[in-house]
Parts: sequence; structure tokens; C-alpha cells
Amino acid sequence: MPEGDKLLFQRFTFFYGAAIALKDINLGIKKKQIFTVLGPARSGKTTLLKSMNRLTDLIDGASHSGFVFLDGQDIYDPQILLPELRRRVGMVFDLPTPLPLSIFENVVYGPRLSGINNKNRLTEIVEKALKAAVLWKEVKDRLSSSALRLSGGQQQRLCIARVLALEPEVILLDEPCSGLDPISTRAIEESLIELKKNYTIVLVPHNIQQASRVADRVGFFLGGELIEEGTAQEIFTRPRNKKTEDYISGKFG
Amino acid sequence: MIWVAAFFTLGVMIWIMAQVLREGLPLLTVDFLSDSPRQMGRSGGIFSTIVGTLLITAVAITIATPLGVGTAVYLREYTREGRISRLIRFGTDCLAGVPSIIFGLFGFVFFVIFLGMGWSILSGGLTLATMILPTIISTAEEAIKTIPKSYREVSYALGGTRWQTVAKVILPNALPGILTGVLLGVGRSVGETAAIILTAGSSFLMPTSLFSPIRTMAIHFYILAREGISMEMAYATGAALILLILAINTAANWLLHRYIRRLEG
Repeated sequence: MPEGDKLLFQRFTFFYGAAIALKDINLGIKKKQIFTVLGPARSGKTTLLKSMNRLTDLIDGASHSGFVFLDGQDIYDPQILLPELRRRVGMVFDLPTPLPLSIFENVVYGPRLSGINNKNRLTEIVEKALKAAVLWKEVKDRLSSSALRLSGGQQQRLCIARVLALEPEVILLDEPCSGLDPISTRAIEESLIELKKNYTIVLVPHNIQQASRVADRVGFFLGGELIEEGTAQEIFTRPRNKKTEDYISGKFG
Repeated sequence: MIWVAAFFTLGVMIWIMAQVLREGLPLLTVDFLSDSPRQMGRSGGIFSTIVGTLLITAVAITIATPLGVGTAVYLREYTREGRISRLIRFGTDCLAGVPSIIFGLFGFVFFVIFLGMGWSILSGGLTLATMILPTIISTAEEAIKTIPKSYREVSYALGGTRWQTVAKVILPNALPGILTGVLLGVGRSVGETAAIILTAGSSFLMPTSLFSPIRTMAIHFYILAREGISMEMAYATGAALILLILAINTAANWLLHRYIRRLEG
């Protein structure tokens, strides 16, 4: 396997019942970069993300063929422990999904499940994760109040902090800014650029502009197929494929 | 037309309660509540029947709640919709429609005779448990169904196992709904007569253990009225029964609201 690939898809095909969602994907995602997944609705972007931490297992009638490797290890191997895989590959969803708990308890939800119960240790984790998600200053005085009272943008940053609290290796983000205002979007993009120093990030951006602001590499998907993959510069300035060019220039979407 | 129906329903309810309370309340004294029945219930109080009612209900709820909630969690979280889950659901639906006297007969044959528990709090409580089980299962299932799918997804995505997800996300959020089912079960247990008279007897002596026979307030009421022993005493018992149910419901409601407020922060 090529040097520096954190995740590697080999001939990966994914079905929902009889409907095909991803078709023969071959793709390497490099360490400590932001890989963005572009494509119109229903092109398989969310399925691609969820297949990397096997959240697709929760869906009735899902099946697949081919391989996904994380650091060279086949994640669909029956020996793999799902809770551990999901701690290594964290995910942030398109809509903010705080649990009906306090801010503090939301952040420590994952660490607690993994067996950390020491109060001081948990407090440290919370501070570090909230700082990394650029939320600490706004909430440090009300950690015990309900997460449901935060604004949408704050909730989404809380969800990012919740994933960071597990110190994952890969962070999957599925249109994390879709419901947010430009200021919150800016804050999240800045924290992503900060985070890629330590983490591998896979992002489904909510528009092409966002991709151009943060992406290192870009994959363009259409109808479940990977049409083209390359550096952000290649894809945005001289795409090789006509369909990619049409999509980037806004002819469909 | 609709409001006539609504007011008619409300009116009937108020009329029944007012009638029982008007006849019964004047006799409802501290002595009546704290004294045991004498002369077959013609005089004395109803203390032993209150104890009997509370004990048999407690047994029923203690047995039926974990079983019912466990079944609901299994159906919703541990199996996909299939032949087994359909079969279980069909079974509970059938059970819900069976008249209580049939449960009484089952309890008599199985618990009282076959298992040799005799007429006792335990036999009666177990019989009531089988009777209220379907209600608890279906209300718990409904409560679990209303929990947003995203909560589960988040819990699994953060490395939760199935059991951790059930314990930390599903059950705490389904608790208000589960409690509603339990309350319905309490209501049925407190008011039940047919199933209990066959399984717990009708002795108004003070119970000494879970194997003692007892008489519940509802049965006491039934016997006093049916055998023409004392209509006044029957009404007083009825009034006490209504107040007990009101008290249980009010307390549960209060707890529920406090819990929901805490959940929402």
C-alpha cells in the first residue's frame, strides 16, 4: 500500500438492498490532510463517510464487496472491534446532534464509554476538546447547563469537540456547516485547518467554495462513482474530466 | 357535536366520582384508615386491605416492569423486524385482549395449585404481572420508538456498544413513556378484582409474609356491596380507593415533570 495513505478503498462497492450506492471505489486518503468529497445529492458521499467507521452497519439491508483499509488493516474483518474502530474514526453529522445532557456530559460521553471515570482526567479532556473546537471561551462558565440551549453553531462545534475528546485518528465530517451562519462556518473552517496538523480529515463540504477554502485533495463523485481525484489545485483549475469541470463551474449540482 | 361527547364523558366521570366521594368521604376518618375490618367489615376500618392492595401491586410492578421493558428493548434495539419479533408482538397483543378472569383462572391453576404458592400475595402479584405485561411492553416500545435515530447514531459513532447505548441513551430518554405504562399497570392492579379473588383469596387478616392471603380494597368493596354487608362501608372504601389512585397518579406526574425538566436542562 502506498506510503502515507491513512485510509484505502479497494474495489469497494456498496448496496442498500438492490440499490447501488458506491461503485467500485479505489481511493487513497492521505495522513494529516483534508480530503473533501464533492458531488451532487445522492452521489454516495454520506455512504462513503459512513463506510469508513461502519456506521453503515446500522442500516437494514446494507451489503458490500471489496475492501477498506485503515493503516493497512481491513476494517470489515469480522475480528475488528466496532467500538474501537469508531473511536479511531470519529464522525460529525450534517445536523448538530447534541444528546440531551449537559455540555460537559456531551463531551465526555465517548471517553466515559471507553472506561475513563477519573474526574480530573475528564475535566482535562473537556477543556482540551472544547479549546480545539474553538468553543471553550463561550461555554467555560456553564459546562453543567444543557447542551440543547446552545445555538446551532455552538452545538455543531460541541459535536466536533465530542469527537475530539476521543482523540481519534480520522475525523469524518458530513456537511458540518449546512445549518450554520457564515460566522460559525468560518469558525469551524478555521478549527479544521488547525486540526489537520494532528488528524486526518474527510469532509463533505456544503458547497464548492468551502472545498476550495480548506481542501488539500478533492474527490468528485457522481452516481456512486469516483469520477476524478487529485489535489485541490488540479481539480479546481484544470480538471481532467468534463463532468468534473461542469460541476465545478456550476453547470449542474 | 364533538364537544357534547367530550362534556358527556367528563360529566359521567365527575358524576361517578362525586357520588362515591359524597357517600364515602364523611365516613373516611383516620380510625377507618388505620383500623382493621371487624364483623366481616360491618364495622372497623380497612387498614389490612390497604396494605394488601399496596403489597400485591408492588409485587406485580416489580416483576412486570423489568420483564416488559426488557422485552421492549429487545424488540426495538436487538432484533430487526422479522418473524420472531412479529410473533412476540402478536402474542402480547393477544394477551392484552384476554379478560382478567381468564388470567385469574390461569393464576389459580399455575401459581396457586401447580407451583403450590396457595392463595397469597405472591400468587396474586404474579398473576397481575402477567396481566399488565402487554401494556408495559407496548407503551415502552412506543416510548423507545420516539427517540430520535440520531441519538443512537451518535452513541454508536462515539464508540458505544449496544448495551451502553441502551443504558445511557435509550432508557433515560424513554423513561417518561415507560413510567406511563407502569402507571397504567398500577391503575389496573389497584382496581382489579376477578383475577385477584381467584389467586390471593379474600382474607382481611393482616398479611405476615408474601405467602399470606390478602383482601385488596377493590375486593373488599365488591364483597361489602355484593353481599349487602354494609353499603356505607363500601362507599367509604371506594372513596379511599379513588383517593389512593389520585395520590399515586399525582405523585408520579410530579416525579415525571421534575425528571423531564432535568433532562431538558
